[in-house]
Amino acid sequence: MSGSVVDNTVSSGNSSAAIPTDISGQILDLDEDDDLEVFSKDTTLTDGSSLNASMQTSSASMINQYKFEEEEEDADTKDIFVTVDNPESHVTAIETYITYRVETKTTRSEFDSSEFEVRRRYQDFLWLKGRLEEAHPTLIVHPLPEKFVMKGMVERFNEDFIETRRSALHKFLNKIAEHPIFSSSEDFKIFLTAGSGELTSHKKQGPGFLSRMGETVKAVAAAVRGVRSRPQEFTDMQEYVEAFSQKISSIDKVTQRIVREQKEYLEELKECGPTYALWSQSEEELAEPLKNVAGCVDKCCKETDEQVKHLNDHLIPVLHEYVLCADTLKAVLRRRDNIQADFEAKTEALATKKADRDADSKVLSLAWGSLVGRSPEEVKQQKQQKLKGEIKEMRDELDKTEDRLEWANNALKSDWTRWQKGMRTDLRSAFIDTAERNVSYYEKCLAVWESFLQSQRTDAEGNGNVDFS
Amino acid sequence: MRVSGVPVVKWDKPEFLPTHTVSSVLILPHHDNINCLLKKMEISVAEAEKRTGKNAVNMQETYTVYLIETRPVDAASEGTNPALDSLWRRYSEFELLRNYLLVTYPFAVVPPLPEKRAEFVWHKLSADNMDPDFVERRRVGLENFLLRVASHPVLSSDKIFYLFLTEENGWKETVFETGFQAKADSRLKALNATFRVKNPDKRFAEMKHYGDELQSVISQLLRVRARAADRLYGVYKVHGNYGRVFSEWSAIEKEMGDGLQSAGHHMDAYAASVDDILEEEEHYADQLKEYLFYADALRTVCRKHELTQYELEMAVQDLTSKKQQQEELATGTIRTFSLKGMTSKLFGQETPEQREAKLKMLETQIEEGEEQVKERNAECDEFVKSAWVDIERFKEQKDHDLRESLISYAIMQISMCKKGIQVWNNAKECFNKM
Repeated sequence: MSGSVVDNTVSSGNSSAAIPTDISGQILDLDEDDDLEVFSKDTTLTDGSSLNASMQTSSASMINQYKFEEEEEDADTKDIFVTVDNPESHVTAIETYITYRVETKTTRSEFDSSEFEVRRRYQDFLWLKGRLEEAHPTLIVHPLPEKFVMKGMVERFNEDFIETRRSALHKFLNKIAEHPIFSSSEDFKIFLTAGSGELTSHKKQGPGFLSRMGETVKAVAAAVRGVRSRPQEFTDMQEYVEAFSQKISSIDKVTQRIVREQKEYLEELKECGPTYALWSQSEEELAEPLKNVAGCVDKCCKETDEQVKHLNDHLIPVLHEYVLCADTLKAVLRRRDNIQADFEAKTEALATKKADRDADSKVLSLAWGSLVGRSPEEVKQQKQQKLKGEIKEMRDELDKTEDRLEWANNALKSDWTRWQKGMRTDLRSAFIDTAERNVSYYEKCLAVWESFLQSQRTDAEGNGNVDFS
Repeated sequence: MRVSGVPVVKWDKPEFLPTHTVSSVLILPHHDNINCLLKKMEISVAEAEKRTGKNAVNMQETYTVYLIETRPVDAASEGTNPALDSLWRRYSEFELLRNYLLVTYPFAVVPPLPEKRAEFVWHKLSADNMDPDFVERRRVGLENFLLRVASHPVLSSDKIFYLFLTEENGWKETVFETGFQAKADSRLKALNATFRVKNPDKRFAEMKHYGDELQSVISQLLRVRARAADRLYGVYKVHGNYGRVFSEWSAIEKEMGDGLQSAGHHMDAYAASVDDILEEEEHYADQLKEYLFYADALRTVCRKHELTQYELEMAVQDLTSKKQQQEELATGTIRTFSLKGMTSKLFGQETPEQREAKLKMLETQIEEGEEQVKERNAECDEFVKSAWVDIERFKEQKDHDLRESLISYAIMQISMCKKGIQVWNNAKECFNKM
């Protein structure tokens, strides 16, 4: 089953002044904006049973890999720098698409050189994400920007859209590079370094379509079965993710609403300056102060415009990323559950088989056996042998599954802590940044009006009527 | 020039509106007038109250009355505190007073009353006349009106005005006894009539044009400002949602919880601060509105000049034509077409006696005409002189007042910015703790 994420968090730009008249001190309700459907056709598999060949190592060493919560990532110890920039459009007979330049600078020994420059398109990023999720179903991969946005007339090749996407892709790769497990992924390395031909052929490897389908069927079965006894900590995680998802979506919506209202305020404010200027043309004594006020209002308009841009370009993308993160977290928890369900199912099956083995031979099989000329003893022996073989197989399979489950749980726990820290850092700095920008906005406007007052003061003193109460 | 302060009026405001002291005077009348009433008497409109009563058609109606308080100035300066004289007036009585002044002093730019119905409101502000905020702002506007009249060089010495301030009962009858109504009717008719003036005083023509422009541009400014206020309200209030969500979010976070929670409080404070900000801006709007209505008063004076000028021109025209007739009759030449002339041509001239009689009549008429021209000329000159004095006075007052308004607007903006800086700095500190 391919995971499809339908995200109803972003609202359209159609704001009616739906502000009730009696609400003045109270909070405005978020009005029923048209839901903006955002489709991200994510081809990630949600089950955990397909493994990248390179990860088939013993469980012990696997556990060790996940002790990365002790590693603190310092800027000083950063040994790989990735940049995404320079979007270019490519036109072929079939399609038009955008590629981005991905530049890597690194001192890591596993890389053949210290600098790489390749061009990648969005599909390639999707592929990389899919591979990472396949290999590590219970690790948290930072979200990609959406595939496309259906919002009125926004086309894929709109400048703002491309820039927003580029910035998000840049963040995505950097998050991967910072991740202790992901950054050593072979797929990641190939993504950063391979020529386009090499990349295409590499993409064709990996578990084939049929085996993926087989795993998918199993995954569906497991999902339907459900988990019997989920450990409390994962239930807690799920509750947290539900709540976090709601809150971050709300904050995203509120911020978008603020941007809309600011823009509309700006539209009205833009008319004030010219009106004062018009007035100054009919006046003599008042002409100068009126022109001055017109200038002040115009300057404040400019500041407001920049402030809105900043919100749009800095805070909103971060909030949006974490809205997508919430969905990633939900998917990760689901995959973990599925692994556990699989384990539980296999445990049950083994128990049933064992019961079979311990039960008396069935009359029918004895009867059959005698029909084909075998003695009841022979049939019983054959049956027991067969069961013993099957039980051994199942036992082995169960052990493997148990390992996988333990590995998945530990991986998730570690990455969860890591993710929380990252979330806290990212959101905190985004909010601080916004607050600082708002302070700066007000400071600039303050200066504008104070200079007006100053000019009137010197004027008044010049004219001899000092009348400042 | 000192103006009396006004005590705080506490109304039954809805809980979310803060009560605060409203400055009594919109603008300080600055014109230094030695003899005006305001120098001798403190005047204020202290309170407003709802009353119910039966109106002219014997139906129950609710209306508002305003308390006018007066006190002689000299006594206060000596340290003693004499009792305030006070009486109640309703808006319609103010209107009556103003109409009386308009008719009696046509050359004066008569101060305007605050608007009868709330206009240029942005949505949150009520357009309801009974709304306490509207009533409060009207109280301030009425006080301002009285102070303006009381500081006017001419209007302040009017007896009816003095009685308005001091005689509660029987004032209405006294006003009607002056017979101003008759003049009012004819004045109204004249002002609404269309007529062409050949030689208006250029200055008045320019003033009228200026009045038109002022009215148009202030209307536009008030409209634009109201819309911007509406939007600004929206921006601030949406931030209140941050407060709510941050608070809910903080419940599920461990380390981030406190920072989020306290940041949320500051967002609530930010959202709430817009009410005060916009209420102050409303005072600025009121100051603009006063001059919007003043523009109308200015145009009225210019129109009145046109009327007197027109009447003069009519009298002159009449006299000229009479003189012409006289000349024609005397010399026998017909320069102007007249039926009489034609018929006399066709049917023969008139008798000498008839001509004599006619000439005599014309002479009388010419004499009267010359008298009238002289009168109207004097009227016109008189009007132009006194009107222009008042217009000059008005110009100075307007320049001073509006400049003060712009300054107070800037001060408001500065205060708003300071509040914003404080809130966001506080929020930033909370975010730092996240």
